[in-house]
Amino acid sequence: MGQRTPLYDLHLALGAKMVDFGGWDMPLHYGSQVEEHHEVRRDCGVFDVSHMTVVDIHGDQAKQYLQHLLANDVERLQELGKALYSSMLNTEGGVVDDLMVYLTDFGYRVVVNAATRDKDLAWMNQQAEGFAVQLHERSDLAMFAIQGPHAREKTCEQVSQACAALINQLLPFQGLPEGDWFIARSGYTGEDGLEIMLPSDQAVAFFNDLVGAGISPIGLGARDTLRLEAGMNLYGQDMDESVTPLASNLAWSVAWEPANRDFVGRKALQQQLQRGISTKLVGLVLEERGVLRAHQVVRVDGVGEGEITSGSFSPTLNKSIALARLPVATCERAEVEIRGKWYPVRVVKPAFVRHGKALI
Amino acid sequence: MSNIPADLRYASSHEWARLDADGNVTVGISDHAQEALGDVVFIELPEVGKTLAAGQEAGVVESVKAASDIYAPIGGEVIAVNDSLADSPENVNTDPYGSWFFKLKPSAADELDKLLDADAYKASADA
Repeated sequence: MGQRTPLYDLHLALGAKMVDFGGWDMPLHYGSQVEEHHEVRRDCGVFDVSHMTVVDIHGDQAKQYLQHLLANDVERLQELGKALYSSMLNTEGGVVDDLMVYLTDFGYRVVVNAATRDKDLAWMNQQAEGFAVQLHERSDLAMFAIQGPHAREKTCEQVSQACAALINQLLPFQGLPEGDWFIARSGYTGEDGLEIMLPSDQAVAFFNDLVGAGISPIGLGARDTLRLEAGMNLYGQDMDESVTPLASNLAWSVAWEPANRDFVGRKALQQQLQRGISTKLVGLVLEERGVLRAHQVVRVDGVGEGEITSGSFSPTLNKSIALARLPVATCERAEVEIRGKWYPVRVVKPAFVRHGKALI
Repeated sequence: MSNIPADLRYASSHEWARLDADGNVTVGISDHAQEALGDVVFIELPEVGKTLAAGQEAGVVESVKAASDIYAPIGGEVIAVNDSLADSPENVNTDPYGSWFFKLKPSAADELDKLLDADAYKASADA
């Protein structure tokens, strides 16, 4: 039996098909993954993401510590509540995990992946040596993502006046506390929406309120197709410790300035830049019928070979899309091997759908 | 609980087979199979005219989750395929027994008898 979020019984009651995800028993879907996907793109839906790991960073040197730990620079967080996406690297520049960090009144709040919790905490504690910081894992919190064009207005109707007021003033990529809740305007779907952390003992009642108000529960299946359409990487699939952010379409999240900020992995990234980066993470679109899947081989005429890292059917585009790691010289066309046959694919920037609209 | 019509025969690989009035056999996948696969998004069907042995790969069902092979439950020649599944693969989820995949002209009349009946299939699917 895997670990369970406070909503486990409620998921079953809502008809969820449960699967193991990184040691957690989580809902894959509640009937139809494709319908859930459309619901988020067209209206809104709620995801239980309580399996994610929340770590609060306290202490006088919290900022210096995160400037050492993260490839992105928390110095960029100038206003309370501002959020930053970053990867956390090992000394070889490989990605230990990707995460969100919020500037809070006590220091910082960091949200890392569930499946990587143990190694992340070990790494974060190891790197904390010599810094005046304390790391507090917040396993007392549940976390929901409410995503879609109507997510904020529909959520406002189900929360306290104070929370609704906060939701109405939050800017994208900003998260602030309201009582013992923490509400952020962020997500993993390419739609507007919220991520709400709240005490576990309030989780069932709030989820029930949202579902009762007509907000569909959404499983991890649709979460995966939504993030793939949005061109967002999934840790463990599109990147891991064997690749750097520079080869993972995440160069934008590496802060090189100031040049004297010696974050973990910096030297290795600089060496990689000097040597030249051999691969890049791109998007693929299959124009014919069929489904691209992780680990299918991709060949680029006259250039070389690569592999699909994430592939699925895109419900919004009604065709198959993928992320693939290919030789850096790859241009507009490639071919993918599906069951022994080669299919032509279009190579695109890895962002397929944003705010309900096709980008390709 | 999945729906297992009593008038059909089943392969343990989750295809259903129906003996038609003209002696041909219509094949699809069971309700249990479509439920396990999740949303079906693409189906690769065999070529008309091809002769398949019982248990031979006959096509592929791709769902959002994974690709699964489908097998000929009995041996025979493919005499028709359901082209409408190309545009509406989701019909397999909503109506698995109405959404046939292909029709076979059986190589041997008694092969259908070797397949599972509804009770035996239910027992095998539950196991």
